[in-house]
Amino acid sequence: MRAPLSWIREFAALPPEVTGRDLAERLIAHGLEVETVYAIGAGASGPFVVGRVERIEELTEFRKPIRLCQVDVGPSHGGEREIICGARNFAPGDLVVVALPGATLPGGMQISARETYGHVSNGMICSERELGIGEESGGIIVLAPGEAEVGLDVGPRFGIGEEILDIAVTPDRGYAMSIRGIAREAAIAYAVDFVDPVGELAELSGVTASSMGQARSGVVPVQCRTDDPIGCRSITMRTLTGIDVSTPSPQWLRARIIAAGMRPINVVVDVTNYVMLESGQPLHAFDADRVVGTLVARRAAGGETLVTLDGVERQLDVDDLVIADDTGPVALAGTMGGESAEVGANTMTIALEAACFEAITVARMSRRHKLSTEASRRFERGVDPALAPFASHRAAALIAQLAGGASVGMTGQELPLDSSIIRMSATEPADVSGASISPERVVGALEAVGCRVENSDSGLRVTPATWRPDLVQPADLVEEVLRLVGYDAVPSVLPVVPTGGGLTVRQRLRRIAARAVAEIGLIEVLTYPFIGSADFDRLGLAADDPRRNTLALLNPLSAERPGLRTTLLSGVLETASRNISRGHDSVLIFEIGPVFLLSNSGVEPVIEVRPGVEDRPSEEQLAELRGCLPHERLSLGGVLCGAWEPGGWWGSGRDACWADAIEAARFVAGRLGIELTVEAASQPADAGPAATWHPTRRASLSVAGRFVGWAGEVHPRVAAAFGLPGRAGALELDLDTLIELAEVDPVPTAPTVWTMPLAKEDLALVVDESVTEADVAAALRSGTGPVLESLRLFDVYRGPQVGPGRKSLAFSLRFRAPDHTLKASELSTARLAALAAANEATGAELRQS
Amino acid sequence: MKLAHAGDRSRLALANRLIGSMPADRKADAGRRMGQARAEVQRSLAAREAELAAAREAQMLVSERVDVTLPWDRRPVGARHPLTTVAERMADVFVAMGYEVAEGPEVEAEWFNFDALNFIPDHPARTMQDTFFVGAEDSGIVMRTHTSPVQIRALLERPLPVYVVCPGRVFRTDELDATHTPVFHQIECLAVDKGLTMAHLKGTLDHFAAAMFGDGITTRLRPSYFPFTEPSAELDLQCFACRGASVGNPDGPCRTCGSEGWIEWGGAGMVNPRVLQACGIDPADYRGFAFGMGLERTLMFRHGITDMRDMVEGDIRFSSAFGMESA
Repeated sequence: MRAPLSWIREFAALPPEVTGRDLAERLIAHGLEVETVYAIGAGASGPFVVGRVERIEELTEFRKPIRLCQVDVGPSHGGEREIICGARNFAPGDLVVVALPGATLPGGMQISARETYGHVSNGMICSERELGIGEESGGIIVLAPGEAEVGLDVGPRFGIGEEILDIAVTPDRGYAMSIRGIAREAAIAYAVDFVDPVGELAELSGVTASSMGQARSGVVPVQCRTDDPIGCRSITMRTLTGIDVSTPSPQWLRARIIAAGMRPINVVVDVTNYVMLESGQPLHAFDADRVVGTLVARRAAGGETLVTLDGVERQLDVDDLVIADDTGPVALAGTMGGESAEVGANTMTIALEAACFEAITVARMSRRHKLSTEASRRFERGVDPALAPFASHRAAALIAQLAGGASVGMTGQELPLDSSIIRMSATEPADVSGASISPERVVGALEAVGCRVENSDSGLRVTPATWRPDLVQPADLVEEVLRLVGYDAVPSVLPVVPTGGGLTVRQRLRRIAARAVAEIGLIEVLTYPFIGSADFDRLGLAADDPRRNTLALLNPLSAERPGLRTTLLSGVLETASRNISRGHDSVLIFEIGPVFLLSNSGVEPVIEVRPGVEDRPSEEQLAELRGCLPHERLSLGGVLCGAWEPGGWWGSGRDACWADAIEAARFVAGRLGIELTVEAASQPADAGPAATWHPTRRASLSVAGRFVGWAGEVHPRVAAAFGLPGRAGALELDLDTLIELAEVDPVPTAPTVWTMPLAKEDLALVVDESVTEADVAAALRSGTGPVLESLRLFDVYRGPQVGPGRKSLAFSLRFRAPDHTLKASELSTARLAALAAANEATGAELRQS
Repeated sequence: MKLAHAGDRSRLALANRLIGSMPADRKADAGRRMGQARAEVQRSLAAREAELAAAREAQMLVSERVDVTLPWDRRPVGARHPLTTVAERMADVFVAMGYEVAEGPEVEAEWFNFDALNFIPDHPARTMQDTFFVGAEDSGIVMRTHTSPVQIRALLERPLPVYVVCPGRVFRTDELDATHTPVFHQIECLAVDKGLTMAHLKGTLDHFAAAMFGDGITTRLRPSYFPFTEPSAELDLQCFACRGASVGNPDGPCRTCGSEGWIEWGGAGMVNPRVLQACGIDPADYRGFAFGMGLERTLMFRHGITDMRDMVEGDIRFSSAFGMESA
């Protein structure tokens, strides 16, 4: 809502020295969100006076026609003067606006008497745009006859250089979508008088169907009624006839409408908009001659359509509230009128609707038709239900004054207002806020915002004003009191919090995992969780890969990524690619975040249950609410691309590879106290996006038979699709599962640190190429028994000495006994046992040469 | 040299042998003098040897000189994203006070995200938060638009009193630009107990502000509107950079607060009694306060980040600057 300061001043007796910024600051402190204060035509300074064009001499010797005008600007400004003008939309006798020498236009152009087109021009005849009060630049402003006296400085009247407060009205404060509401707050903020423009409301209210509807001057008033008392609590229809719609709106009216951010249309529409801005009551004018029969507020019937004023043909929903005549809908109630009964240049008689539509009805309709209008925004927030008769009266008077015509009667139907009483203890604001606020101050504040307050033995009985539908419970009143008292009155006191349990084991394990990945040398990134089929294509996933089965967004930001991710790989690979393209040659990154998996059925979830909010839902309802949501699994995804160790003066570096990725997975699991089982996975597996990895350089990771992820080298096709160079490594872990496993026994048992002497033994074993290191190592371990302290592979050899299809694995074994120095015989026994076990399990033989 | 003076054929050794053939009465004296002489030679030899070893070592150490300024950046250095570390840092402030960390899903039932938080169906407040809807039309499922549904889950699942803090990722349909991102993070605090007042809210905020931004930094509340709090407030943080010194001081402008003295930080208020009711808590017995703020925004002014996209794009230079923990 844009509110010109001068308009606010019409109703709030603000001290003259108060600027827009001053007022904004006070309003903010009272809870109105003033976003900006700006000046229309900033920098302009007058005088901008009304002149009458006396004579026009056409100068034709120039490339374009030029007019030499004699303009009378009144005796106090020196009477008649010569002004050169390029515009042609005026005639002798017209009233125009003249910037006199000494004036400054918005933007800083200074007006002086200067020679142009062979004559001295003593000023400038201005257009709206030149004065900064509108967009009209096709011609100069021509005032309506009698709109202003010659010589009058119209700067203030037209709002030139006027300060505007732009207020973001929160949904609870519908009343502030009017000058009336803002002026009320301004008056409260400065403790000055407020004149309610709806002063005559008392006399006007109480209209009933029987008291309306008398005809005059032969024109029959348009009849109206509401058939839907929920959607439309009251409706009035005032018929005015003898209107000349071609009468231009006076400049002051245009200026205010433009200043408030709307566009002037014609005098009737401009007046309805003006009254809406002033009072907050949206109005709509129909061309009464194009209305057939009675105007009825009702729900639309199935199959009905309406072409709205924006030219769109709309299929109406049975929940839509329409105004319909005998032929069908002529307006979307409280939202937008229809073309069929639009007021046009030839309209003579209008039916002026002022009604009270239900907030939710209008909100739904506005959302359904994606049609947010000045009217719908007001009805959505709640329009003062007592306002319609006033607004109708005010608009009729203005139309009659500006465009002629007369009211021939009003028809309508109105259901009684139900006003509810809120009971509240006078100490409640103090109790809730912790500030000391006297009961008198409480009553004073509530009365200031329009409430009627009765003091009774059991506390206060508060009747909120009709324009405050948001005030329904004591807490709402507490806020009203507190915002007037000032939030600064609230003291600062730390509560005594009961002892808490700290982070849960799960939360700590999550932190440990994140820190572990970073400890390895990976850098954390956070990517968006949106994904689409092109991403899955790049990941190399088959058409029937279950990871493609995503939970879809109804309104995705991009049609390319309509789903929620089922893998983190796409995000980290893309981020790696972005880093590479920015010139980084070592990109080691990871992300921890959820993936979203549909339940096993693969069916999109729907929550059927919609519990109320008056009390705690039943456990069954809660179980359904929770149970219908997709599975969110915390995952860890990583990409290792480019240098792991850079080359330098120490020699050449080393690129990250499949092994770094697998080791990263092992390390993170290790930090969680879990040993991963790493297995070659050359066959396609059904769990996880296996196809993303190089088929013979990927490892399937598991713990006690439970799959927890993949690590290895990115498939060359996938690397190419993401624009990654070389042989990038990647990993993706089901972190939730790892953490669940770690949670079982998160406290490690200390090892016994034996101090007896160490004995070392090296073993080189020859095995078939297909045998894995893990199998040999496991067999060695199982064979040696408890004296084996550690075992480590230190070399892999392939060559003539071991023969084709074979390899030699060299292990270093360390032995230690708890209580004595190992004897040579014990060592030999352990060694032989290890060999035997390895031979049995893998066919390993001691290397001979 | 050593052989010449201390060897088997050295003069002293030869002379020593002669002592045996000397008359008995002179043997003792000669032996004593010989002993003294040989000890003196040994001492001198030892001293000289030590001297030479020291010189040798000194020469060796000098010859082994290296350029200690040479780079040795062979290990990759990891880092965590500042959004995750600052979330942990903030949560820790509350955990130290006795709060617990509560969590909830990112794909959320509308009932938790809106209904229970007093967002009436079709109320304009719902459209204020541009929501991603999930699944079929009217599935009742959304991407959570704020961390507040975790409040509801906490109140339904935990015994009273409840003191929880909820960091998390949230979603709104904004396009990414320098100041907006459709995916962002919030941290939210909820306390529901007997006798809580807005003064406790203010005290908690002041404590939090001081813990995050320095001793003495306070907060300010301004009236506002949120469906789930009543009274509601906008939350401002006293500028930690200028502490208000830049206000009305054109010679010392403050870039952090734009010389306003205060920085918009988040929203706060007393839990709306209707929210308590929806969770089966009697507002006559219990009151609560809640507040929340955006982590991106907090990070931006805390660390002088000027473009939201830096937090989103994952350029390794960005996270690298923040290390492993938020100080």
